[in-house]
Amino acid sequence: MSTTESTASGIGPVEGASLYTVDNPAPLIEAPRARTKKTPKSTRGNFEMVAWLFMRLSGVVLVVLVIGHLLIQLVLDGGVSKIGFAFVAGRWASPFWQVWDLAMLWLAMLHGGNGLRTVINDYAERPNTRLWLKGLLYTATVFTILLGTLVIFTFDPNIR
Amino acid sequence: MPAGTLYRGREGMWSWVAHRVTGVLIFFFLFVHVLDTALVRVSPEAYDTVVATYKTPIVALLEYGLVAAILFHALNGLRVIAVDFWVKGARYQKQMLWTVVALWVVLMIGAIYPVLGHAARELFGS
Repeated sequence: MSTTESTASGIGPVEGASLYTVDNPAPLIEAPRARTKKTPKSTRGNFEMVAWLFMRLSGVVLVVLVIGHLLIQLVLDGGVSKIGFAFVAGRWASPFWQVWDLAMLWLAMLHGGNGLRTVINDYAERPNTRLWLKGLLYTATVFTILLGTLVIFTFDPNIR
Repeated sequence: MPAGTLYRGREGMWSWVAHRVTGVLIFFFLFVHVLDTALVRVSPEAYDTVVATYKTPIVALLEYGLVAAILFHALNGLRVIAVDFWVKGARYQKQMLWTVVALWVVLMIGAIYPVLGHAARELFGS
């Protein structure tokens, strides 16, 4: 091997001689996404990660709340036959069941609302369709949560 | 259709599809269910009238379907959590799915009498 390296540029003889030397350095090109003082610390929030975690945490709690609810409403003590205004009044006389139903309402609506948001994101492709479907979803979700909360807190067993 | 162009992801994909379908169905029921419960703020009669439809044999069958959807979504949801957080979760996802299916079948058999019993008595006499 008698080919000599005439420069220290690392460019071998095949590629030809380097244009640049120590005294004539290549111009410095800034990386296209270099962070500057104006760049925010994080260019995106971690909303999706929080939503992902919420689905798992609320899911575990909902398994207990909803299966308990199904047992009480559909299985024990005559199943669906015993349900009526008097039965609801009896259960909501206890703060324990009020809190149970309130937690179930909020967790299930947020869990389901986020699930449907994912479904819309996956299948609705046109921006306008996505906007309207999500608008409808968020309106229905907020309305249902507020209505249910109002009903639990203002329930009056002596309404008639 | 040329071979190999249709994605068929076996247990993993079909459990994902079932989880999604049951989830959407449960959400729509939940919306209706909060509305019907809200009738307790209207009058006891309004609430009892609507709840009476929940006691008819046809709706009893729908309730059995709702229980089926909720139980699958709950059990498979626990499997999804295991896949995500348990070190060996991904390796055993198939075995866990068949465990979910087996548990679901047992629970659904157990739910026949409590959920459908009153409908059977109404249809065939007691």
